[in-house]
Amino acid sequence: MSMNALKKKIAVVGVGTTEYGNFPEQSDYSLAAHAFKNALEDSGLEKQQIDGMVCCRIPYYVRMGAILGINPKWTVQLPPHGRMSGMSIIEAMMALECGAATHVALLYANIGRSRRVNYGGEENVGFWDPWGMTSPGAAHALMFRLHMERFGTTTRQLAEVSVAFRKNAMLNPSAVMNKPMSIEDHEEARRIVEPLGLLDYCLINDGAVCIILSTADRAKDLKKPPVLISGVGSQEAFTDSSISNFSQNFWYDELQSVSKEVFGMAGVQHSDIDLFLPYDNFSPTVLFSLEGMGFCAQGESGAFVENGTLAYDGNLPSNTDGGHLSNSYMQGWGLNVEAVRQIRGECGARQIPNCSVAQYVSATPCCRSIIYTRD
Amino acid sequence: MSDIKYNKPLPVHDPLTKPYWDHAKTHRLAVQICDECSDIHFPPSPVCPACLSENQSWKVASGHGTLLTWARFHRAYWDAYKSTVPYEVCVVKLEEGPLIVSNFLGAAPQDLYTGMPLKAVFEDVTDEVTLVRFVKNDEV
Repeated sequence: MSMNALKKKIAVVGVGTTEYGNFPEQSDYSLAAHAFKNALEDSGLEKQQIDGMVCCRIPYYVRMGAILGINPKWTVQLPPHGRMSGMSIIEAMMALECGAATHVALLYANIGRSRRVNYGGEENVGFWDPWGMTSPGAAHALMFRLHMERFGTTTRQLAEVSVAFRKNAMLNPSAVMNKPMSIEDHEEARRIVEPLGLLDYCLINDGAVCIILSTADRAKDLKKPPVLISGVGSQEAFTDSSISNFSQNFWYDELQSVSKEVFGMAGVQHSDIDLFLPYDNFSPTVLFSLEGMGFCAQGESGAFVENGTLAYDGNLPSNTDGGHLSNSYMQGWGLNVEAVRQIRGECGARQIPNCSVAQYVSATPCCRSIIYTRD
Repeated sequence: MSDIKYNKPLPVHDPLTKPYWDHAKTHRLAVQICDECSDIHFPPSPVCPACLSENQSWKVASGHGTLLTWARFHRAYWDAYKSTVPYEVCVVKLEEGPLIVSNFLGAAPQDLYTGMPLKAVFEDVTDEVTLVRFVKNDEV
């Protein structure tokens, strides 16, 4: 099974973001409305033309529609998990292709910073709590320890991920983090759940993103050149999920299946990827993504990322906006926006010359990848 | 030993997992087994994840397993852990197959390795709740 029939049928026609930071005076809805307005402006569409809506991490879709003053024909609400960004985009593609909607606005808002969300403990009760096990970060610490044991990967190699993304963020004026980071800074940072430390953890900040998708034929007449969705790949890993957010094989088999699908559908090779956008909730996920997508063999990602591979001027520019680690915790949504802005050539100092192929991937219990192209 | 001041997280009352906790209280580590296809799984499931049968029983496990991985918490996500950090959590691969999250006792972090043989020990943390933890199995 694949979605080859959708190759280059759907385009991104508008993207909008808010500022990122700590906004106690804002709400999920106000942030989402701001992003929606920016995306509409970016697309040149009128709000009445939006007849499809996807809400993610927004409390109530009806209230959202009421605030925006729109009555779509098709609406989906998905839970506030980062893996839902890629999933939302693929859902909207299918809705557009089958005619359920003509222009879909996908809305995501996060107010976790100002509301002091913790992602563990009493907020998130689980079966393993009596043993003191909690939080997605701890699951990634367990996986990275296993990666160290099985392949000899080191925390200094892991540091390369955070250091490269910080270097990228320093060229992004909207990034939350803008101070330089060295490998030593990473190694000396406060430990949270060892072997991970503070600089392996994503940011928690407020903000919102809106992406507008249309069919490629309609997109041609809009304000900006469309960015085409050329490939998608999907594979869940539910049966290996007895420990939340943990996979004893780093989702490798599922990611390999996604890789085959997404590269096959898009008809591109690894060497064609100008920009790689791995979901970086925690730095180890980037290593798992590189291996799973086949940029290196399993176990070799530590060596692969050494010497700045992932920086904007490295061999595989990745998360040029700074990612979740240094730009903004927009749970995959921000990375998909970066794909669009880089392909359009809108990224200023961090712009990759002639960026025409960008790949998003999430290594989670729901593995997804999307390849965007200019042509 | 029971401790009336124990204020760390306790199991959530749940009919599906109750037999596990009942077994633990009698110092046995139990996992769910399917009466139809003999699939062994944990945490328990209302139907067998292999064949969907509703006929599920509990099997007392050997208590033997190997260390898959571990992590050391420096952050206290619950107030009751503030005086406990740092502490270790580990993932154990039971001889019977399932992975379980637990803690190990009596081993220094630098001595741990993936594949280290472990055996279950039982700690009565309250009058009602016993936690299954692990120590190195020197007999293997």
